[in-house]
Amino acid sequence: MQKILIIGATSAIAQATARRFARRGDRLYLLGRDPDRLDGMAQDLRIRGAESVSYASFEAEDFARHPALLDQAYEALGGLDVALIAHGTLPDQRACEASFDTARRELNVNALGTLSLLTHLANRLESQGSGTLAVISSPAGDRGRQSNYVYGAAKAMVTVFCQGLRNRLFGSGVHVLTIKPGFVDTPMTAAFDKGMLWAQPEQIAAGIEKAIGKGKDSVYLPGFWAFIMLAIKHIPEGIFKRLKL
Amino acid sequence: MRLTGWGRKPVVDADMLAPRSISEVQIRCRQTPFRGIPRGNGRSYGDSALAPRVLSSRRLDRFLAFDAETGVLRCEAGVLLADILDVSVPRGWFLPATPGTKLISVGGAIASDVHGKSHHLEGCFSRHLERFSLMLADGETLECSRTQHADLFRATCGGMGLTGFILEASLRLKPIRSAYLRETTFKAENLDHALSLFSEHAGAPYSVAWIDCLATGPRLGRSLLMTGDFIDDGRLRAPVKSPLSVPFDVPGFALNRYSVAAFNALYYHRVRTAQRERMVHFDPFFYPLDGIGHWNRIYGKSGFTQYQFVVPREAGHGGIGAVLKRIVASKRGSFLAVLKTFGPANDNPLSFPMEGYTLALDFKLEPGLLPFLEELDRIVLDHGGRIYLTKDVRMSGDTFRAGYPRWEAFQELRRKYGADTTFRSLQSERLGL
Ligand SMILES: Cc1cc2nc3c(=O)[nH]c(=O)nc-3n(C[C@H](O)[C@H](O)[C@H](O)COP(=O)(O)OP(=O)(O)OC[C@H]3O[C@@H](n4cnc5c(N)ncnc54)[C@H](O)[C@@H]3O)c2cc1C
Repeated sequence: MQKILIIGATSAIAQATARRFARRGDRLYLLGRDPDRLDGMAQDLRIRGAESVSYASFEAEDFARHPALLDQAYEALGGLDVALIAHGTLPDQRACEASFDTARRELNVNALGTLSLLTHLANRLESQGSGTLAVISSPAGDRGRQSNYVYGAAKAMVTVFCQGLRNRLFGSGVHVLTIKPGFVDTPMTAAFDKGMLWAQPEQIAAGIEKAIGKGKDSVYLPGFWAFIMLAIKHIPEGIFKRLKL
Repeated sequence: MRLTGWGRKPVVDADMLAPRSISEVQIRCRQTPFRGIPRGNGRSYGDSALAPRVLSSRRLDRFLAFDAETGVLRCEAGVLLADILDVSVPRGWFLPATPGTKLISVGGAIASDVHGKSHHLEGCFSRHLERFSLMLADGETLECSRTQHADLFRATCGGMGLTGFILEASLRLKPIRSAYLRETTFKAENLDHALSLFSEHAGAPYSVAWIDCLATGPRLGRSLLMTGDFIDDGRLRAPVKSPLSVPFDVPGFALNRYSVAAFNALYYHRVRTAQRERMVHFDPFFYPLDGIGHWNRIYGKSGFTQYQFVVPREAGHGGIGAVLKRIVASKRGSFLAVLKTFGPANDNPLSFPMEGYTLALDFKLEPGLLPFLEELDRIVLDHGGRIYLTKDVRMSGDTFRAGYPRWEAFQELRRKYGADTTFRSLQSERLGL
């Protein structure tokens, strides 16, 4: 039995991952925006075998409340083995170009909210000398593209922050995992046409559980995205800037 | 998006709505009324879950309540039978009626009123259903059970999604003391022998026969009959296996009468003695094909269909025999020919089973197949039988009406609830519903 905190729990990937934890009989604490959804999800996870499930509602941008929320989670779980940070939005790139206010809100949710949570969690895990921080970033953070560079910039910040944390916490026995899912068929992407490259949340969840178990540093999910991003990262800027990506 | 049924033909470019919660379905459908057909996990073979617009239950996949004392489970319509077994088997409960795949949704199981190897004793899925909630054409939701809106309850069980969209349901599971069964296999020399083995073992909780449908003459109908019974050893925690998958379309020429004949002969001779007994886990016993993902690709790009019919008990020998003879004469092989017995019919107007025998055969879709299947239809109707709607992709309106004499009452009820103009599939259009 592990004690697991899931932040952004109602996202499709987090939900699918939580179901895998529940099946193992883990103890779960959920943070998410919509209390009704959390309530239904908690009941579902209990039936699926979770030892216990509690939840609270949270806003990623409400930085001031983060420490108190994490205290509650710690207390309800009786400790912490794994924290999965999965909240996020998919910004409207055009709207962000038109208004920096919009862009800043997106950066608050997708980058600063995560950094705030990671800061508090890292300090706790460091002093306890164990635990896993599993963070959902994105291949979009590997290289800026005209179609979604605000989102990409937020995720780049998360990726680099995690890299630094991993380096800092290595000696203390805390595991930091960066997860980079490719195209996933979720409500966030419901409007897109789905081709060969699309994965189901359940596939991503299986990859997350495995990467946590194996103590990986960073994973692309499904794995073939590692090759795609390798290629994309190596296109010279002089050519890249001319592409419609 | 491009959608097909399990038989992979026809292909429809459809608009798919996949709401994430029951309240989202209701809000959306009240704003812009839905026109089209509900869809579960797309395991029906033909065109019953296909239309230009589909309302998918795929994301309505939450458990709502489970009473481990009584075995009553409440869940949303998109929960798969596989998920139910994951949750229920370790706690000592099993599905009383389950089809040959667990990769179907609860909504799909209700809409097809599915049956399994236990039909002769346990009946259809609906017999174990306590209630469900149904969203009607106008976006309103009704509670349906044997006492509340009983007419709608009966019409929806087996109603192929044509009465409304099932949101969530409560089922009664049956207690088990092990995840393992004792399976006994009997070799039947011919059809007569097979049918008499069925009556001899009518008390076995589960039974099914695999027919070598290319055996001819005195061996016509030679088959392996398998019976099963859950054992009592307390081993409820099931081991997990990694599934195989057929990665690509098998080229058409790989599946011809020679390969099918070879497969069938090998399958039959796998069992060397007249009777064999072994212990098996419920997964391979009930769901042998689920271990092979995308097995529908073995029929190649042209797609395939499953022809499943039932004939009443008295007509059993004549009806099954006549169909088998016709298939042998045509030299059209079927990898899969499955024979089962059915107990009494229920009173759901479009439910498929009736007391008698049912035979299911897979055929690759190819030129000449349709007229051939129409010949089989005639034999089936002449023997008082009918064709299973959830496997059908081609029967005519006349064949349908002859096989399902209560279709008018069904249609009347659809009119009463405004479903006839709202819930329509390619199949319902073809059948004139
Ligand atoms: C390998 C295999 C073995 C099978 N073995 C058997 C067997 O032994 N016995 C048997 O009876 N069947 C069997 N079937 C058929 C299968 O059980 C049915 O086709 C079942 O209905 C498929 O469920 P689904 O969730 O995939 O639904 P779909 O194929 O998506 O839909 C099937 C029908 O249900 C309706 N429907 C789906 N969800 C809802 C909802 N929420 N509300 C209202 N209507 C809804 C659809 O409109 C459609 O008419 C088998 C199929 C396969 C592939």
